[in-house]
Order: sequence, then structure tokens, then C-alpha cells
Amino acid sequence: MNMPLRADLADVREVPVAKADDLDRAMVRLEAVSKTFAARRGGGAVTALDHIDLAVAPGSVLGVIGRSGAGKSTLIRLVNGLERPSAGRIWVDGTDIAALGERELRQVRRSIGMIFQHFNLLSSRTAYGNIALPLEIAGVGRAEIKARVEPLLELVGLADKRDRYPAELSGGQKQRVGIARALATRPKVLLSDEATSALDPETTQSILDLLGTINRELGLTILLITHEMSVIRRIAKEVAVIDGGRIVERGDVYDIFTRPGHATTQSFLGGASGRAVPAGLAARLGPDRAAGSEAVVRVVFRGTLAAGAVVSSLSRELHADVKILSGAIDEVAGRPFGTLLIGLPSSDRHLAPALAYFAERGLDTEVLGYVA
Amino acid sequence: MSPEIVQLIAEATLDTLWMVAVATAIATLLGVPLGVFLATSGRGELFALPAVNRIVGLVVNATRSTPFIILVVAIIPFTRLIAGTSIGTKAAIVPLTIAAIPFIARLVETAVREVDQGLVEAARAMGASPLQIVRKVLLPEAVPAIALSLTLAVVSMIGYSAMVGAVGGGGLGDLGIRYGYQRFMPDVMAAVVIVLIVLVQGVQTIGDTLARRLNKRLRHN
Repeated sequence: MNMPLRADLADVREVPVAKADDLDRAMVRLEAVSKTFAARRGGGAVTALDHIDLAVAPGSVLGVIGRSGAGKSTLIRLVNGLERPSAGRIWVDGTDIAALGERELRQVRRSIGMIFQHFNLLSSRTAYGNIALPLEIAGVGRAEIKARVEPLLELVGLADKRDRYPAELSGGQKQRVGIARALATRPKVLLSDEATSALDPETTQSILDLLGTINRELGLTILLITHEMSVIRRIAKEVAVIDGGRIVERGDVYDIFTRPGHATTQSFLGGASGRAVPAGLAARLGPDRAAGSEAVVRVVFRGTLAAGAVVSSLSRELHADVKILSGAIDEVAGRPFGTLLIGLPSSDRHLAPALAYFAERGLDTEVLGYVA
Repeated sequence: MSPEIVQLIAEATLDTLWMVAVATAIATLLGVPLGVFLATSGRGELFALPAVNRIVGLVVNATRSTPFIILVVAIIPFTRLIAGTSIGTKAAIVPLTIAAIPFIARLVETAVREVDQGLVEAARAMGASPLQIVRKVLLPEAVPAIALSLTLAVVSMIGYSAMVGAVGGGGLGDLGIRYGYQRFMPDVMAAVVIVLIVLVQGVQTIGDTLARRLNKRLRHN
């Protein structure tokens, strides 16, 4: 059972984020984009983004993750022209955004929906009125507005809240209105600016599920920025990690989750999926491989759940005890992924063959340290 | 108090209400756009015209810092030009309006600046033009605050209207000066003050209620 799964994995790993011939039909594409904010009094110019290349395929979901101040807000605002790039080019559905004048840009913005962390709903309008706003701005007639808004209320599950003001809605309901509003002009791209960061975990899940449904059923391309790995993992297929205005790592969400390369990515993953070393163990962990000490090894299982069997057969093969110190089995982008911390004798006789044993089976290992 | 005096007080009250109503209406018509302009024309704002913004701001400040009683006298030629006379109720409307415009403009400016910038960004992201942002976002969102501002303006104007009485402007102030002060009739003076207090209370209550009704940020079931 494991073999086909692993072959499947190998296939996925070879697909880059965007193949060269895909670039021309990317829904959103950034090419060598930089953004520098002019110097303020008493300070130097600030480079928010530095040579960003990014492509989002039509109908896909790309998540951009970064800490606050990493430049991700600027990045998403470049796509609908709320910010102008200092250098580079930005295409949305084949239109060069950076080359457009303000008037043309307004037209293009109507084909790009956007949702916000703090919802940004008009307090003076009901749910219906808020969803109608972008249509009024686009000059759509009253009857047509009604014909479009009612199904949207239905879609986001707020048909009964039609005449409620934002103050009378919960955070999740407000974001649903925000999503319906973003969809009103039937955009091709949806930009999500930390859309779930002000919501509790449960509401976050339901909003992400809604976005997933919209992505699948309407074929909407979604570019979302967040500082939460859990958001990426729940909805995105591809991820780009941004740090200090540069994209430091990108790829398939499963690959990045299970094999994070850059330190920033690793810190984002933090305690996710059993990566964290239990505090009691971490305190005793040292770099010295003293005689008689025990090596602590992290084993990562990708696309297979046969963790237990591997450990028990290793134990037999080494004629030594292999202790399971901690572990977690999880699912990322719909595929299983497990992490196991094991302890085994650190002597050459045991450790090297053990690592070779895992390597043979295509499992990633990392020696975290030694305990006396 | 003789029936004649009561009649005089009633007429003066109507005169005051008339002056304040007309002046407020005209000043609102001119002050609201001016306030919106002040709030949106600074550097990097919707209609960025920093130089014009600064000049308009200066004129507004100059008008506001001129004591009202001096303003009334200083603009007499202008008042004659507009109203055809410099005394009476009709003439008093001119300085009242002139004083109220910058006052309302500054209040409206504050109300508009209080609108969450996130809403402006959302509207821009929808492809709204600056004018659409003003009409569909800034003004509707600022309405409860503007209602309170106008209440404050009306209350101030009732006070100002009494002051134009000192220069023959008509209304309650005029009555208080001529009968209460110059003819030593303290009961008339007291009656005028009471009517003014009732007027101000009434306006404030109406304004507060209106602002509360208009404010959809509060839950009311």
C-alpha cells in the first residue's frame, strides 16, 4: 500500500509552483516587483518588497505567509493597484496593472474582489446594502442588483440576516457579508487580507470552508495572505513564505509543511504537527554525543501512516530498544503526515544503521541532540 | 406681564427661530461641502490639493477667530449688499450665516475624518471614484456625527442670534436689550432667558434623538 503512495508523492514534488509555459496563462503574476516607500522626515527609505516573482494559476489558491512587517500587506495591495510598484510588472488576467491610469484601474478593480481582516463593512448599511455597494459603484441597475445580491446572501448563508446592520452581526457573519460583497461583481480573483485573523478558531474554519467552496464551485482564483500556518494548510495548495520583503521559500503546501527548508518557515511551523520537542526533553537535550548517551531523532513520515510498524521492525533489526518520545499524525492538504521523536542508543553501532534504515524507506530524519 | 409684552415675546421667539433656521439651512448647504473638502484635500488624500486646502483652512480659521460682535459690524457693507439693509431680522441672517459656515465646516471635517479609513480602502478596492467614495461611504458613515455637529451649531446660533439683537438685529436678544435692559423690565429679561433655555434644551434633545436613531453602530431592537 505504501509504494504507490510514495510514487505519487515523488510526482508531486517535481512540479514547480509555476512552470515556464504556465506563466503566460497565470491569473496573477508578479515579475521582479519591488516596492520602496519614500523616506519620511528623519528616516531612510523603506524597502517593503524586494524583487518578488510570483504566479497564481487560474482557479488555484496561493497562500502567502509572513510575519507582520514582512511586506505581505503591500504585496496584496499591489495586485489591485492600491499600491503602485517601484519596479517590476504585475499582470492580472493578462492586464498589466502597473501600466494603467487611475481611471482604467478602477475598471480592473471591479474584477478583483477583496476581503479584509476587520471586514470594513459600512455601519450605515444593512447586509444587503453592503453587498449591493460594489454594484452601485459599478453603475448596475436596481433590479439587477437585487437579482445578484439575494443569491449571494443565500450562498454565504445569511438570507435571514438580509436587513441586519453590521453591529447586529457576529464577526463570522460580518466576514460572510464581506465575502458576498467581494463576489458581487463576479470577480476572477479574490484577494484575502488576513481575513480570518480577527476570528476565533471555529469561525475561522467555517470561513475557510466557505472560501474553499467558492474556489471549487466558482473556479475563483484566491490569493491570501496570513500569518497563520493553520490557514495555509486548510485552504491553500501552494504557499510562498515571505520574510524581509523577499520570498524565501515556496512550493506545494504539503512539501513545505513536511520539509520546511528556510528558518522562517520552520519557525512558522513551530509546534505544528508534533514538530515541537517536549519541554522536559528539550531541557536535557545537548549537542555532546557522550558514550552511553541516547540520540534523539525526529522522523518525518510523508504520505504514509506506517509509523508504528517501522519503529518496531527497527527495534528488532538493531537489537536495541527504540523509544517513542513523542509523536503526532496529521493531515496536510488532504494527505497524511506524521512526526515521531524517537530515542535510541547513540553508539555508531546503532545510530548510523538506524538512519540508513529510515533513509532506505524514504523517511526524513534529523538528529536533534543527545541525552545522557 | 401685560398681554402686549407676551405678544412681543412670542413674536421675538418666532423671529429668532426664523433667523436661526434660515442661517443654519444656508450654512449647512455651504458648510458641509466645505467640511468634506477640508477633510479630503490634504496631502495624499482623496482630492489631494494641499495648497488650496491650506488657504481654505486659513480663511476658515480667520473667520472663526473674529469675535462675532465685531464680525457683525465689520461686514455691514456686505450685509447691505445681500439683504438691502443692515438692521432687522433679515439683515441679521447674513452675519449669522457667515459665522456658521466655517463652524459647521470644521465640525463636518472632524466627523468625516472619524470615518474608518478601512472603509475608504474597501471602496477603492471596489473601483469607486473619489466622488463615489464621498457620496456612498464618507457622508453616509458620518451622518450621525454630522447630526450632532449641526445640533451644536444650532445651539451656538441661538446664542449668536441673541447677540445680533445688540445691533438691532431683531428677535429675543433685541427684545431683552430694549425692554429688559434699557427700560428696566427685569421680568421681560427673565422671560427672554427662560425662552432661550427652553429653545436650547429642545434643540439638543431633538438632535440627540436624531443622532441616536441614525447611528446604526448601536444595537437597537
